[in-house]
Amino acid sequence: MALLNEGIRTEVRAALADVRQPVTFKVFTQTFECQYCKETRELVEEVAALSDKISVEVYDFEKDKAVADSLGIDKIPAVAVVGAKDYGIRMFGIPSGYEFGSLIESIKLVSEGKSGLSPDTKKAVAKLTKPVKIQVFITPT
Amino acid sequence: MLLAYQLALESDLITAHMVEAVEFPELSNKYQVMGVPRTVIDETVHIEGAYPEPMFMQEFAKLLK
Repeated sequence: MALLNEGIRTEVRAALADVRQPVTFKVFTQTFECQYCKETRELVEEVAALSDKISVEVYDFEKDKAVADSLGIDKIPAVAVVGAKDYGIRMFGIPSGYEFGSLIESIKLVSEGKSGLSPDTKKAVAKLTKPVKIQVFITPT
Repeated sequence: MLLAYQLALESDLITAHMVEAVEFPELSNKYQVMGVPRTVIDETVHIEGAYPEPMFMQEFAKLLK
């Protein structure tokens, strides 16, 4: 059964119409998929089907450990949203509900390669000298 | 969430992780997630709720000190 109904598919197709540069979902699951692993994989596959610029690579968290390690994937389900380069955008757990919108926005971001942040923010961020990890805890409501 | 993604895009040094709290109870417990969104920057800066960009950056600036 499809996770996205026809109404949502139409909306997402329109939202992704401007996506010009290729975007790849690297999704990590396992052979015997946990419930959320399966749903996460299906969700990104359904989204990818709505734009010819989006592709999906499915990885096995255990068998493809080297890939997982290289992307900093330490738990599943996980999705890395990668554009011309890896910008460090990751989703752990299913990006559904409100976060489905963020997923769609993340596609546009990595495709365009522009953050859209204010000049002040860009200036502040440019001062960073060491890696920073931002974790945002959400629930699928 | 979007702001974190934007920051990741802006800087090669920043990674942005969405973590679904229900699926990862151990992490949620570790970071004392009572309400969402809860943002944890490195291990030090905690932000409750969705902050607008300027307010978020005030907290973020603590990392630069």
